[in-house]
Amino acid sequence: MKLFVKQSPRHDATSLWPSFARILLLYLLAGMALSIQPACAGSVATAPAGRPEPAPNVATDAAPSIAPASATVAAIAGDDGMARTTALNALIANPPADAEPIFHALDQGLLYTQTVPVTRLGIADAAGQITDALTHTGTGNTHDATWQVVAINNAIRIKLRPRMDMYDLQSPDAAKRRAATDDLFSARLTPEFLSEIKALEPKITDPSVQANLKKLVASFELNDTNPTVRLAAITSVADALDPEIRAKLANLAQNDTNPTVKATAIKALTAIDSRVAGWQFAQNLVFGLSLGSVLLLAAIGLAITFGVMGVINMAHGEMMMIGAYTTWLLQQLMPTHLTAALFLAIPGAFLAAGMIGMLIERGLIRFLYGRPLETLLATFGLSLMLQQAARIIFTPLNRAVALPEFMSNSWVINPVFAITYNRLYILIFSLTVFLALLILLKHSTFGLRIRAVAQNRAMARACGVHSGWIDALTFGLGSGIAGVAGVALAQITNVGPNLGQSYIVDSFMVVVLGGVGNLWGTLVAAMGVGVLNKFLEPYSGAVLAKVVVLVLVILVIQKRPRGLFPQKGRAAEE
Amino acid sequence: MFSRKSLGGNDTGGLIVMLFIALMLVWVSVGNLAVHESSPWHVSTYTVTLLGKFLCYALLAVSIDLIWGYAGILSLGHGAFFALGGYGMGMYLMRQIGDHGQYGNPNLPDFMVFLNWHELPWYWHGFEHFWFAALMILLVPGLLAGLFGWLAFRSKVSGVYFAIITQALTYALMLAFFRNEMGFGGNNGLTDFKEILGFSITENSTRVGLFVAAGIALILGYLIARTIVRSRFGRVLVAIRDAEPRTRAAGYPVAQYKLVVFVISAMLAGVAGALYVPQVGIINPGEFSPLSSIEAVAWVATGGRGSLFGPIIGAFAVNYSKTELTTIAPDLWPFVLGGLFILVTVFLPKGLISLLALRKKRSMTEAAPPNETPRDPGSKIANQHNAPPPQEYLP
Amino acid sequence: MIDAYEESAGMGERINQLKPGQADISHGTILYLEDVTLSFDGFKALNGLNLTLDDGELRCIIGPNGAGKSTMMDVITGRRKPQQGRVFFGQNIDLLKLPEHEIANGMVGRKFQRPTVFEALGVAENIELTLTGSRSPWRMLKVRSTTTERDRIDEVLTTIGLIGLRDRPAGVLSHGQKQWLEIGMLLAQNPRILLVDEPVAGMTGEEVVRTAELLVSLAGTRTVVVVEHDMAFVRKIANKVTVLHQGSVLAEGSLTSVQNNPKVIEVYLGETPCSN
Repeated sequence: MKLFVKQSPRHDATSLWPSFARILLLYLLAGMALSIQPACAGSVATAPAGRPEPAPNVATDAAPSIAPASATVAAIAGDDGMARTTALNALIANPPADAEPIFHALDQGLLYTQTVPVTRLGIADAAGQITDALTHTGTGNTHDATWQVVAINNAIRIKLRPRMDMYDLQSPDAAKRRAATDDLFSARLTPEFLSEIKALEPKITDPSVQANLKKLVASFELNDTNPTVRLAAITSVADALDPEIRAKLANLAQNDTNPTVKATAIKALTAIDSRVAGWQFAQNLVFGLSLGSVLLLAAIGLAITFGVMGVINMAHGEMMMIGAYTTWLLQQLMPTHLTAALFLAIPGAFLAAGMIGMLIERGLIRFLYGRPLETLLATFGLSLMLQQAARIIFTPLNRAVALPEFMSNSWVINPVFAITYNRLYILIFSLTVFLALLILLKHSTFGLRIRAVAQNRAMARACGVHSGWIDALTFGLGSGIAGVAGVALAQITNVGPNLGQSYIVDSFMVVVLGGVGNLWGTLVAAMGVGVLNKFLEPYSGAVLAKVVVLVLVILVIQKRPRGLFPQKGRAAEE
Repeated sequence: MFSRKSLGGNDTGGLIVMLFIALMLVWVSVGNLAVHESSPWHVSTYTVTLLGKFLCYALLAVSIDLIWGYAGILSLGHGAFFALGGYGMGMYLMRQIGDHGQYGNPNLPDFMVFLNWHELPWYWHGFEHFWFAALMILLVPGLLAGLFGWLAFRSKVSGVYFAIITQALTYALMLAFFRNEMGFGGNNGLTDFKEILGFSITENSTRVGLFVAAGIALILGYLIARTIVRSRFGRVLVAIRDAEPRTRAAGYPVAQYKLVVFVISAMLAGVAGALYVPQVGIINPGEFSPLSSIEAVAWVATGGRGSLFGPIIGAFAVNYSKTELTTIAPDLWPFVLGGLFILVTVFLPKGLISLLALRKKRSMTEAAPPNETPRDPGSKIANQHNAPPPQEYLP
Repeated sequence: MIDAYEESAGMGERINQLKPGQADISHGTILYLEDVTLSFDGFKALNGLNLTLDDGELRCIIGPNGAGKSTMMDVITGRRKPQQGRVFFGQNIDLLKLPEHEIANGMVGRKFQRPTVFEALGVAENIELTLTGSRSPWRMLKVRSTTTERDRIDEVLTTIGLIGLRDRPAGVLSHGQKQWLEIGMLLAQNPRILLVDEPVAGMTGEEVVRTAELLVSLAGTRTVVVVEHDMAFVRKIANKVTVLHQGSVLAEGSLTSVQNNPKVIEVYLGETPCSN
């Protein structure tokens, strides 16, 4: 009982009202005194159960009216702040049928009143034109001295929000419905409102909204004075995962005076906790796969240049940087078409990085074949130069790439499990790139030639393969994929000259761990490192998790020098 | 009498470099301490410290050349051993601050007071004694190298694989040292040193002393490395570098050889780091960055690996250019360093010393590593192109 | 399946404490290979190979490319460990338990297919490094060359005819000279078994003759195994020939008997025309 009183802001608010205001209210709203009175009195003794259900969207005789010159409108238009607040509260608590536009206007500060020639409500549009709240006919504009804006305060706003959520619950827009249920959870609701929600429940067609409303009601009923109601509420929230409900259950499990309720709460809590743990496991897994997909994208190009060609390209990270800058540049060129810019950026970055990669191969790397350590140093020098070039051209500032609509937001599956769309798309994207590359290498003439040159240059040449061109194209392909990885990276991190550098150590580790020359190994290693990282993080923190993973990878490489999935055969050994 | 013909049989270059360093030590010390500031022969304290830094870099370069130039082990994480030595010295210097710190806590370094720590972590104990710190400066890099090398060499991890995991090692250490919880001052590292062995660290004479110590360490380090490479042990290293399977087939426990030289090299790097820290007055996790290690490799490549004195020239030349250039045109430095890597690897694989022609033709073929990287079984990469590099690949 | 690449610990863990000299060769057999199988990713390079070598014999091993000749040498020298089978030196030394460098010390020496010498070192230094004696790093740090060593080096160099080039870097030698130097390194190493992979590739006619003489003279005191494609050379030296095919022994016996063996003829003429 105590709990309920504490939880009811309405009660707190009403108790502060000067008694004359209350009297005025009773006077003004005489017709609906019956429905308002219990709340105003702050009494829970006359519990809502026995009282007639107010139908929210059906105007009853008892409801305050928004008709011109009605008592409610008069109070709203009047000079008495207290009376206005009371009238608005009454209106919100028990709205007439066509009040929805008025609430919206009120929320946005666009509700106006007029006392001359007639006391009425008007709604302004963005341009300042005011239309009558009921007839929707034009009646003037905001500059007219007769129209006064209705000021709104926080006390009203707090009450207005759930009311508007109630409208949104029936909105045709699913996102709005969902947002409304979420919002109601965090709102402070009165018992009347709860009854109203209960009444609305059967009318809702969206099953997820309906389930949410059930949960919402139950979560309030967990604080009911009646143990039976509490027990029923516990049963109905048994499959809820929301932290608010869990907190309430934990409270019951610890403090409830009724032993049955307490025991049931403990049981429900244990069940919820184990399910939450399950979801958190899934969450970690998905986060890990998401990190892994980024690593995969970064490493997959290396798997070509390092794994297939045997070239240590320390400038690989800078190829990603080029891809990321391409994305950013395209977005600067077409700021209004973010989605189009993104889709253009994929081939754009591939070509930009690929061309530069081919230049690097023809201009530098081909002089160093068979000297892997020298290649490593030379390409490192190149990476320094490319980074500095980026710093001079684009300044050292980090640039943010705006996300297109379809990639912002997140996909909320339940309160403890959500994934942002950009991460989800990158996961899908990286797997797509991986598969495309696999098919290209295994099932195309170009792939055949790449493999032929990689395995036996002299023989491939004897068979008429132009090995120089194949080298250049292969390197271009690896660099191009790095560029595409840059496009993806730009969606989750800022674009700057050091973008690639931060991934180069990780990507090499992934390729080496997976087994050089083995694309599937790269996939497994990337995902494994990603997932391991995310599972370690809760225990050790992000930085230490990275350190631990690096050390583990070092140990694994020392145990299996050719990676987890080595390329077998004599050629790999000799 | 063929033993005279062994590696570095013609040692004129090394002799000249050592004499030059000895001369520099005398000239700079006298020029700073005994010559009045108004004289054109005066050497500023700034120069003393700068050259002292270069001497430490040169010792690091020698330590890298010992493993890379002679045993064919490329470590891209040698900066880690340098930094560990530096931290060892830094910890001693922190303990020397005593209650002269900002918080005036006689037992705890400032950053620990700042983090609300109440006790000195166990691994800080003993560092108030110089002998203990000195021991640790050798032991910690040596032990880490020993453990890491033991794991790596016994599984025949070599070539680029070794390079990459050493890079990961230093990267992991960097991340770890950035954490405040590690107890090494986190991001800021260790700094605000006051005294070393009772001498004020800002005093001119102390700076000259540190400079001379670095010079002597370099000469000793060079002599140690030279003794190693001129012994039969050194010839086994070269054998491993050029034909590891052959060396193994000749009955040599290759992993043990690599391990021994790797540990010695790590200790030399640790000493270099320890002498570096009091001169620059700070050690922070940035020293662990993969870039620092790879820069050190650049000094060796530039100077000429497989000669021991070439890397000294390389360290001085590159760092002098860096100092000059970063004051004139800081934006250009990465281009110069990057370009240097490319030019040296493509056009000057034997480094600057091959330009200086200090060595006679005959000994060039002897001591300098062959153009082609050793075909050891670990570096599959070289052999993925099964055929030797075709003629047209050569510039 | 045991990974073929999981090679033995190389850090000198002495599992088998027996010295090469303690090998039990009372049955006259120096090397046993029993049912040795080693596969790479499904491809069986060695497939239930059985081979025994008598102490002091000169054996030629022939076989088409991919027959498993080099892999067999890898197994004997400890460079690779087979997935199954047993390899014994004498009756009592299990080679599968020994690291490569210990097998190389006194038991099995190997000349690689491609001549492999230490190119940056002098000719004499190449021999010096392979002389018998402790291979411990500590000893190598301190050791000075002795008169005995120098005499031994000169002796080997004289045998292989490179005495005049003793101070030249090995890298400048001709292909044939490198082959000889590598054989000299084997002599200095003085193992009980010499595995010689294609010793006469790239040699002139006269050099071939001298090599044949040398190998024949070595047999008796040592066991010599020669892998060679050059049938003329095999004919010069062979008394017993083993033909390998698809990882196991196809035929064994005198050269004439294996040359008339229909299975051998089929393998050589039917599948791989062995011109080299």
